[in-house]
Amino acid sequence: MQPEERTAPAAVATGSATSPRVRLGETRPLRLDRGVALGPFTVAYQAYGRLNRDKSNVILACHALTGDQYLLGPHPVTGKPGWWEAVVGPGKPLDTDRFHVICVNVLGGCMGTTGPTDIDPASGEPYGLRFPVITIADMVRAQAMLLDHLGIDDLFCVTGGSMGGMQALAWAAMYPERVFSAVPIGTAARHTAQNIAFHEVGRQAIIADPDWRGGDYLRQGTRPVRGLAVARMAAHITYLSEAALHRKFGRALQDRAALSYGFDADFQVESYLRHQGSTFVDRFDANAYLYITRAMDYFDLAAEYGGVLANAFRDTPTRFCLFSFSSDWLFPTPQSREIVHALNAAAANVSFAEIATDKGHDAFLLEEPEFHATLAGFLDGAAKHRGLPSR
Amino acid sequence: MTPRRDPRPDIGLRPDLKVVAEWVNPGARVLDVGCGEGALLAHLAATKAVDGRGIELSQEGVNACVSHGLAVIQGDADTDLGDYPDDAFDMVILSQTLQAIRDPRSALIEMLRIGRCAIVSFPNFGHWRARVELMLRGRVPAATVLGHAWYETPNIHPCTIRDFIALCRRLDIEILRAVALGEGGRASAIRGRGGLANLVGR
Repeated sequence: MQPEERTAPAAVATGSATSPRVRLGETRPLRLDRGVALGPFTVAYQAYGRLNRDKSNVILACHALTGDQYLLGPHPVTGKPGWWEAVVGPGKPLDTDRFHVICVNVLGGCMGTTGPTDIDPASGEPYGLRFPVITIADMVRAQAMLLDHLGIDDLFCVTGGSMGGMQALAWAAMYPERVFSAVPIGTAARHTAQNIAFHEVGRQAIIADPDWRGGDYLRQGTRPVRGLAVARMAAHITYLSEAALHRKFGRALQDRAALSYGFDADFQVESYLRHQGSTFVDRFDANAYLYITRAMDYFDLAAEYGGVLANAFRDTPTRFCLFSFSSDWLFPTPQSREIVHALNAAAANVSFAEIATDKGHDAFLLEEPEFHATLAGFLDGAAKHRGLPSR
Repeated sequence: MTPRRDPRPDIGLRPDLKVVAEWVNPGARVLDVGCGEGALLAHLAATKAVDGRGIELSQEGVNACVSHGLAVIQGDADTDLGDYPDDAFDMVILSQTLQAIRDPRSALIEMLRIGRCAIVSFPNFGHWRARVELMLRGRVPAATVLGHAWYETPNIHPCTIRDFIALCRRLDIEILRAVALGEGGRASAIRGRGGLANLVGR
């Protein structure tokens, strides 16, 4: 892969999404954890599969940090497949022949839902850093308002990996009566110091880019693409395992027979990372990256319930199934186990499976037959209890 | 992963699990500790509509259970029973696992803390064949090691029926019902301190 050299800022995808967009909070604004009100605001979402008559077959799939509402492709900006093609679709675990699968671009995002790139109605200019810092709970509240708007009372399932799993946990804690089942995947009940540290590296890369302009780059006609690309490169390493990187690249050289004794991308892994960084900036906004990483850093579910995670799930009627991946060092298995322990302490109905894989954190996006079979089995069992027709 | 097979609720249930299943009340909240691939839980769900949960050490077992729609977590009877609140279950089941637990005494106490009662099944190392094997051949009885060599068996705490009754007395645990399963899974009642059952029960 030859890295694309990018000098001129490309047009960002902001707001060009083809998704349905709903204006919410017009009469009743969204009260953010920050203590301020946001409204009106816009939410963009995608839905796949037919909604049944009593609206009981809805699965909310929540996207991760750099994901968006396009579970299935082609993506309107990149033309690439969606981020969860492996899991969503006819005959897949999130079977669109049975379920109505909704994915909402998160609050603070840049694919149609209100975020820092949007125009602040108060000033008529892009929010930039005047956009309030949002939390995982705020994202969930915005999704709940969308479901209210769509007339969907409860979710057959809420699921997602990584930050999507945080949203699934927050959904189950905040709206237990609306969540029949929850499947948090490769996630944690709080961001660890190590998680926060990696995010801080990414944010500082963006902030150090002179084109960031104190966050005011949209008004000043620049884009901090170099900083955002470096942030993506650093983060991308954390999504893979050493074994996966080794298998994919080893020490193989990029388009050359010998070392260059310079700082070109001699190694394939360098070229790969540069490519990841340079393509990412086409579809993502730097300030959105700051805001969403912050939301993840602030996530600490137990802290909101007196420091006892089990209290977040007291008397929960929700059926849980958690997944972790053996080689995921960003959200390692013990963090899922901690949630399982809390759910047991709350006498919740919980299943937990660790999937043996060397693909690291990204495994939740990839072809993992055992994960998919186990997920499908859990959803089948839950569907039976919910009285949905079996497949 | 093999294609998902439905656990057959009735066919092939181990003789001790059949007895265990008979003792479970319909609709009960049940925790199966060491649930394997979920045969008993699936049977109880299908025939007695129990609210069943499982703990299983092996990841393959867990994944098989979850893919069959059973609520099972990967966990260890030695460390993970402490997570559950008091009286969370009507019945806690430990089948053919007691002998492999690091601290069986604590596990029994924990089971009766989180459950109103417990059902324990275990291989009886006081069976006459084991006694004969040790006495005549001078080798660790096959019953003790259950298909493993003595140096690699997971069954680190073999006990006999009388041993178990004695431990229950010591822990002030009331034994409500007890049966010994003989050849071919034939059940017979255990009386007193279990002397006869200890000889013929497997």
